[in-house]
Amino acid sequence: MSDTINITLKVWRQKGPGDKGHFETIPVKDVVTHMSFLEMLDTVNEQLALEGKDAIAFDNDCREGICGMCGCLVNGIAHGPMKAMTLCQLHMRKFSNGDTIAVEPWRARAFKVVKDLAVDRSALDKIIQAGGYISANTGGAPDANGLPIPMEIAEKAMDAAACIGCGACVAACPNASAMLFTSAKVSQLALLPQGRPEAAKRAINMMRTHDACGFGNCSNERECEAVCPKEIKITNIARLNREYIKASIGSDVM
Amino acid sequence: MQLESKIPAGPLTQKWTKYRGDQKLVNPANKRKYTLICVGTGLAGSAASASLAELGYNVKTFCIQDSPRRAHSIAAQGGINAAKNYPNDGDSIWRLFYDTIKGGDFRAREGNVYRLAEVSADIIDQGVAQGIPFARDYGGLLANRSFGGAQVSRTFYARGQTGQQLLLGAYSSLSRQIATGKVKMYPRREMMDLVIVNGKARGIIVRNLITGEYESHAGDAVLLCTGGYGNVFYLSTNAESCNVGAAVKCWRKGALMANPCFTQIHPTCIPNSGDFQAKLTLMSESLRNDGRVWVPKKKGDTRRPNDIPESERWYYLEEKYPSFGNLVPRDVASRNAKYVCDAGHGVGPTGYAVYLDFSQAIQRDGKDVVQRKYGNLFDMYLNIVDDNPYETPMMIYPASHYAMGGLWVDYELQTTIPGLFALGECNFSDHGANRLGASALMQGLADGYFVIPYTIAPYLASIYGEAGSVTEDHPAFKETTKQVDALFKKLTSINGTRTPDSIHRELGKVMVDEVGMSRNEAGLKKAIDKIRELREEFWKNLRVPGSLNDYNKNVEKAHRVADYLEFAETLAIDALERAESCGCHLREESQSEEGEALRKDDKYCYVAAWEYKGFNQKPELHKEPLVFENVQLTQRSYK
Repeated sequence: MSDTINITLKVWRQKGPGDKGHFETIPVKDVVTHMSFLEMLDTVNEQLALEGKDAIAFDNDCREGICGMCGCLVNGIAHGPMKAMTLCQLHMRKFSNGDTIAVEPWRARAFKVVKDLAVDRSALDKIIQAGGYISANTGGAPDANGLPIPMEIAEKAMDAAACIGCGACVAACPNASAMLFTSAKVSQLALLPQGRPEAAKRAINMMRTHDACGFGNCSNERECEAVCPKEIKITNIARLNREYIKASIGSDVM
Repeated sequence: MQLESKIPAGPLTQKWTKYRGDQKLVNPANKRKYTLICVGTGLAGSAASASLAELGYNVKTFCIQDSPRRAHSIAAQGGINAAKNYPNDGDSIWRLFYDTIKGGDFRAREGNVYRLAEVSADIIDQGVAQGIPFARDYGGLLANRSFGGAQVSRTFYARGQTGQQLLLGAYSSLSRQIATGKVKMYPRREMMDLVIVNGKARGIIVRNLITGEYESHAGDAVLLCTGGYGNVFYLSTNAESCNVGAAVKCWRKGALMANPCFTQIHPTCIPNSGDFQAKLTLMSESLRNDGRVWVPKKKGDTRRPNDIPESERWYYLEEKYPSFGNLVPRDVASRNAKYVCDAGHGVGPTGYAVYLDFSQAIQRDGKDVVQRKYGNLFDMYLNIVDDNPYETPMMIYPASHYAMGGLWVDYELQTTIPGLFALGECNFSDHGANRLGASALMQGLADGYFVIPYTIAPYLASIYGEAGSVTEDHPAFKETTKQVDALFKKLTSINGTRTPDSIHRELGKVMVDEVGMSRNEAGLKKAIDKIRELREEFWKNLRVPGSLNDYNKNVEKAHRVADYLEFAETLAIDALERAESCGCHLREESQSEEGEALRKDDKYCYVAAWEYKGFNQKPELHKEPLVFENVQLTQRSYK
C-alpha cells in the first residue's frame, strides 16, 4: 500500500513583496504516495531545516478542506488537478514517479506575495467588511422560527454560503476578479428574507470595494467555477449582477 | 489560595436572572473609555469582539491566521444544541442542563451548566438573524436532529458545516464592527505574553508572524479565546496552528490551569498511516449507527479484510456490550480500540486501526441507502485512504479532539488574575470530564454573545477611574518584551540537531500511549519522566533554522513545543492525581468488577486547579469542591 515516488519540485521562492522571486528546483526522493501534498511539503521543510536552510513558506491550517487558508497553483491549476478539492486534500498518489511539479502562489494584483507561496488575501476581508453581513446586534433577535423560509431557498443560500474564502477563484481568473467570492456572499444574504433590507446597499458597497481593492471584472470565463473547491456556481455572479442593477436603478442608495 | 466560584445564591433556575438584575452596569457614555483586548477569533472570540463593540467598548482583536474567518471552530461538522423544543419531544432547559452535567460525569458546576442551557436558545435566534442557512423542513421551519445518543432532537445544523456557518456568522458581525472602527483587527499575530500592572491584566505582547516584530497592546481587560490544547497529543483533529501557548503564558503569570487531564478522544478518525502524518481527520460518529467494528481474531493477521472469514472476525464491542454494541459512548469505543490494538489485533500499516464494516448494512438496506446517509464521508475516506469503503471495511482509530480542561474561571469567566477572562474551549467551565456532541459550538457562542457582555461589566465598573490609564509606554511592556525576546534568542541559539516537530511527535506518542484514554499509575509516572527527558532534550538539542525577523514556521513551532513540554507534564500530573475513572478516561485502578469505569465521588468530586510554580517545579494543586444541590450523582452503565 505504501508506494513511493521520486519527484522534482519547482517551487516559487520570494523573500517578500519587494523581492523579484524565482523558481527553485528541489528533487524530492521517496515520497510516500499516501502523503497529502502539504505533508510532502512538510517533509521537504523538515529536510531543509536539518540542512539549516530556510523553509518554504506556505499558508495552511485545518488540513481538512474547510478553513480556506491553504492553496497555491500546482502545475498552473489552483489547488491542483482534482475537482472540488482544496490543496490540503490533494494526495501524492495523484502524481507519477519522475513528475516535475511546479508550485506557485496565487497571482493577482490584489494579492501581494507575503513570502514564497503565502499571499496577502486581506482584500477579501475588506469586501466582507463593506457589507457582507446583516446588521443584527447581539440580543433582541426574533424567534428563529418566526419567519419561515422555503427549503429550496435555504438550500440555495447554503450552496452560496459554503464559500471558504480561499481565493482560488481570483487566482484562476484571467482578470483576477473576485466576483465569484463576492457574489457568493451577496447571494446568500439576498436570498434570505433577513438579508433583504440591506440588499441594495450591500451589492453596491461590496462591488465598489471589490473594484477599489484592484480585482478585475468578470468576463464569463468560468475558470473560477472550475477550480472552486466548494463548487460555488457562476449563477451567483448572475444574481450579483441582478442585485447590482436593481440597486443602481431602482433604489435610493445610489 | 481560596477559589471563589462566585455562583450567585438562590434557586438554580433563578441564578442567571438574579445575577443580571443585580450586577453593576457601565454607563453607555463611559463604555467608550474602555479598551478590551480579545485574543482569538473562533466562535467565542468573534462573538465576544462583535458583541462588546456593539455595546460601545473599543476592542482590539488578534488572530493567528491571515483572516479571522479561519479559526478552527470552522471545522466543527455535526451541529449545535439548543433547548428550543421545536419538535415537541419533551426537551427543556432543565433537560439540556441535566444531559450536559450528566454527560460531563458530574465534574462541572451546576450554576454554569444551567446558564449555558438557558442561553442556548438565544444563539439560534441570533444565528438566524445573521443569515445562517440552517437546515429547514418543507414548511420552511428549522429542522432538528438527535445527536450523540440524545433522546430528544435538539441539534440544529447546516449540512455537515455547522461550525463553518456559525463562525462565518460571527465573523460577519465582527467584520461589521471592524468597518465601524470599533474593532481594530490584528491578523497574523500570536500572543507571546500577558502584561500585568499592579496585579491586573493590562495588555499583551504579540509577535507579528510576518515580520517577527514584537508589538505591545494595552487595554483595560484581556479576553483569552484561544481554544484547546488537543495538539499536545501531536496527532489530533485540531488545526496546525491550534496551540496552548497563550493559556500557558497566562498560567505562568498566575492564572490556574483546571482539569487539564480531561481531554476528549474521538473514536471515528481516519488512522495514522505513517510518520509524515500531520493531522488526523475526524469522520462523523454517526457512522457507528450502521457500521460494525471488528478486528481479526488472530494476532498480527495480515490478510486483506475481505479474505478473513466471518468465523475469524472478532466483533469485540458487540461481544462485550451486547445491549449497546457498536453504539457504546465515545470513550468506551475509543479505549476498547486501543486495548485490541495493544494486544496485537490491530490492522493497517501501523497496526493501530480497527475495521468499521458496512457490508451488512449494504446487504440489508442496499448501497443507495448507505450512500444517501454517508456518501460524503465515504468519499472523504476514499480520497484520503485510497480504499473504497463500499467494498472493503473502513479503518478507524481514536484521536484527540477536544479539551474540556483549561484555564480556571469563575462564574463571570474571570481567571484568578483580575482583568483576565477566558472564554470558550480555553476555559474549563461547562463540560466537566466529557463534552456531549454538538455542545462545543453552543458553549463558545454562549460565552461570547450572551455571557461576557454581562459578566465583564462588574470588573470594568470596579476599575472605572483607571480606564485607559495604562498605555504601551508603561515600563511593564518593555520589561515583558525583553523576556519574550530573550526566550526567542535562546530557542534559536541552541543549534542542535532536532527539529521542533520531531520532538513534538515524540511527546505526542508518550501522551497517546500513557496519558490518553486508558491510564494507570505506573504508566503516568513513566510518562512524567519521559516528558522531563524530552524537555531536557529540547533545550539541549533543538535546531531552529531561518531568521527571527521573518515568516518562519520553525520559530513558531519551537516556542509552541516548548509550551507543550511544560503543559504536558501538568496534564500527566493531574491525571496521576485523579485516581478515578471519569468522563472519557479509564483509570485502570478504578474499575468495577465487570471492568467498567468507576467514578469516585467521595474523593474526587472537585475541580483540580494547578498553580504554576516555576520551570521544572511541580505545580501546586488547589481544589474547588463541586456541590450538587439539584441533581443526583449516578454511575453510567452500558452493559
